[in-house]
Amino acid sequence: MSELPAHVVDNPRLGTWITVAGGVVEVHVGKVELGQGIVTALAQIAADALALPLSRIRMLAAHTTHGPDEGLTAGSLSVLQAGPALRHVGAVVRALAGPPDDEYVARIAALDPDTDLLTAPTADAVTPDAVGSSTPRLDLPDKVLGRPRYLADLRPDGLLHGRVLRPPSPGARLLELDDDWKAPGVELVRDGSFVGVVGEREADVDRALEQLARDCAWAEEDALPDGDDLPTWLRAGPHEEIEVLDESPAPGTLSASYSRPFLVHGSIAPSVGLARWDGDALRVWSHSQGIHPLRMAIASALGLDPAVVEVEHVENAGCYGHNAADDAAFDAVLLARAVPGHPVQVRWTRPDELAWGPLSSAMTATVSASLADGRIAGWCYDVWSQGHTARPMYRGIPGLLAGAHLATPVPLLPATDPPTAAGGGTTRNAVPIYDVGPRRIAGHRRVDSPFRTSAMRALGAYLNVFAIESFMDELAEEAGADPVDFRLAHLTDERAARVVAEAARLAEWGEELPDEVGRGIGFARYKDKGAYCAVVAEVGVASSVAVRRLTVVADIGLVVNPDGARNQLEGGATQSTSWTTKERVRFDRRRISSTDWETYPILTFREAPLVDVHLVDSAAPSLGAGEAAQGPTAAAIANAVHHALGVRVRDLPLDADAVVRAIEAQE
Amino acid sequence: MRITVNGEDVGLTSDGDTTLLTALRDELGLVGTRFGCGQGLCGACFVDVDGTVMPSCQTPVWQVEGQAVTTVEGLSQDGEPHPVQRAILDRQAAQCGFCISGIVVRAAALLRDEPDADAARVTEALDRNLCRCGAQRRIIEAVLAVRESR
Repeated sequence: MSELPAHVVDNPRLGTWITVAGGVVEVHVGKVELGQGIVTALAQIAADALALPLSRIRMLAAHTTHGPDEGLTAGSLSVLQAGPALRHVGAVVRALAGPPDDEYVARIAALDPDTDLLTAPTADAVTPDAVGSSTPRLDLPDKVLGRPRYLADLRPDGLLHGRVLRPPSPGARLLELDDDWKAPGVELVRDGSFVGVVGEREADVDRALEQLARDCAWAEEDALPDGDDLPTWLRAGPHEEIEVLDESPAPGTLSASYSRPFLVHGSIAPSVGLARWDGDALRVWSHSQGIHPLRMAIASALGLDPAVVEVEHVENAGCYGHNAADDAAFDAVLLARAVPGHPVQVRWTRPDELAWGPLSSAMTATVSASLADGRIAGWCYDVWSQGHTARPMYRGIPGLLAGAHLATPVPLLPATDPPTAAGGGTTRNAVPIYDVGPRRIAGHRRVDSPFRTSAMRALGAYLNVFAIESFMDELAEEAGADPVDFRLAHLTDERAARVVAEAARLAEWGEELPDEVGRGIGFARYKDKGAYCAVVAEVGVASSVAVRRLTVVADIGLVVNPDGARNQLEGGATQSTSWTTKERVRFDRRRISSTDWETYPILTFREAPLVDVHLVDSAAPSLGAGEAAQGPTAAAIANAVHHALGVRVRDLPLDADAVVRAIEAQE
Repeated sequence: MRITVNGEDVGLTSDGDTTLLTALRDELGLVGTRFGCGQGLCGACFVDVDGTVMPSCQTPVWQVEGQAVTTVEGLSQDGEPHPVQRAILDRQAAQCGFCISGIVVRAAALLRDEPDADAARVTEALDRNLCRCGAQRRIIEAVLAVRESR
């Protein structure tokens, strides 16, 4: 038999994937809806695999007991991993219960749930019907019509609300809280520096939280670095070295350094957790990206048998990486422990979401290269960063925020990086796709830091692509070449060249622009083996940096849902515009101070660029689209600003102040 | 205290300083109005109060006593989605959807007050609604499509 999909090998029981209820086939998947439309794309694949119309199947939320373990929903891998598994499951179902006549679903219902998918017969593949069409999102009607759908909307019987008072700064310790502390309508829960309240009414817990904040005294220290010179701090170390490759290039004659600040996820909803203890059994509802690791992390942090912990996924607002979802779930678990039998829903505050959710690390990179006869001949690249993952149970450590604040602490794990084979973190996309001669590429991961960082959309690829693609323009200028021609001359990968050329053509590259408007390009193949994406930005620089239009061209292989993929690329490019032109976590030596949307502004409707997305026709295996545009967009904007003004901004965010600084530096 | 919510006269037991958002979600079970920031800065909790759109997270219930509050749930008529909702669904102008309730309320009020609002007006009207997924342009196009479909 040909190689079985890994997720089938991990979850070989038919009943884990397929059940039947009310004449509808229920499809259980381990991937979760984060606002990216994955459940709809997987429904299309499942419908085709089962030879059923979409109306005869129902997608069920991921569940640690009742569905497959498909790991994390992250890294633009969901279609790649879950798609083949669903196709195999469908092929088994058709072989055992086909043909798809009137009695087909009844026969599926009668199948033995213990059927071994590894040895069961499979039917031949069927012609796709749903796959390739722009099926409307299955989850959107509830969300657009204002129906209950998000975790905070659940109202189970006996529901209590909870709030947690986070310390005012990283490393702060609770010094004093009156043993007799009371507030109307709430119960206090305290364990070391972890303090929270539980009550029947939201209004009561919100007020109690304010009172608690006034009544707690904390020991704090000045532990944060100089926020205006993060590159120096990142380079100071100590580091863990990440050797990517060394082909002994000669030192480059041209060199430049780039940087980005710390960023937040900034989901529009704060994180929420819901938990209930029934005797020794614990049920948890979470918008985590990985309900199985969350289950293990909760069990490990509290010394429980994982078998007594059950976690079910419930949607929340957009998730762009490892945010505070898991932390909020653990908060709910800790508060619910004080009120057995009652479900407790914890909602984070906006300031906590911005200051206590895992951050995306600041980074800096230095690149140097030499030119010979207009071609790049040798390339050196060093990148400094904190780690890009601290997910629950990574390296076996629970990694849940409240754990660090308990009387008997369960320490957080210092952020590290995924292995290079999984795309790396600090060094993700650090290797240029271009033919640049001998290369030396190295990462330097700063290991001690007061900041808690973890995975956010594209990880290190955002800065690495920004740096590489900015430097490609700097080299093109030095070589007296057009930036698009210069890239094409250094590309041997045909799919890459096609995407770059197509973006240039569609964006009318070379056509004249009004005064104070520039055009720039950025390109990368995400994670070196994922989607190809080129972005051309048209940017106005009259009084501020205004991104007017983005032309995005991507090759993501076989497209499951064209409109869904376009929406992901469009959203990614728009979000990257926000990161690139506006965003920066602010802090003094003690506290993070960007704790609301005024101190951490994000892109508004007025500032949102027009985005044209074009997908290249391809029958190659499907690739994820969600993260591909982040780096190319940043570089395209910076290159467009240079085109318009002749100044090079190498330190993000690329706002009006940065432009002024760059002009001054040039003079 | 009595207010009108989506055309229905309701009595509230919440005290007057409770935010309208909490009263809607926690007491009346109208969870379509979303909590985004609690600081009046993101628009996820927008409701219409006697024709004025306001952040319900910053509005104490005493302030709306005797007034008519319309939430996202109240925009559908006889089970039919509001034209703005229809257009957003038709164009798949959302990703996570969390910001959409407030956007629908804001856009519906705009089109009621200015049926011929153009792209610039729509964009301006939505400038106090934040969207993190990057669906802004699709949303603007959807709102404009309502005008064009009339």
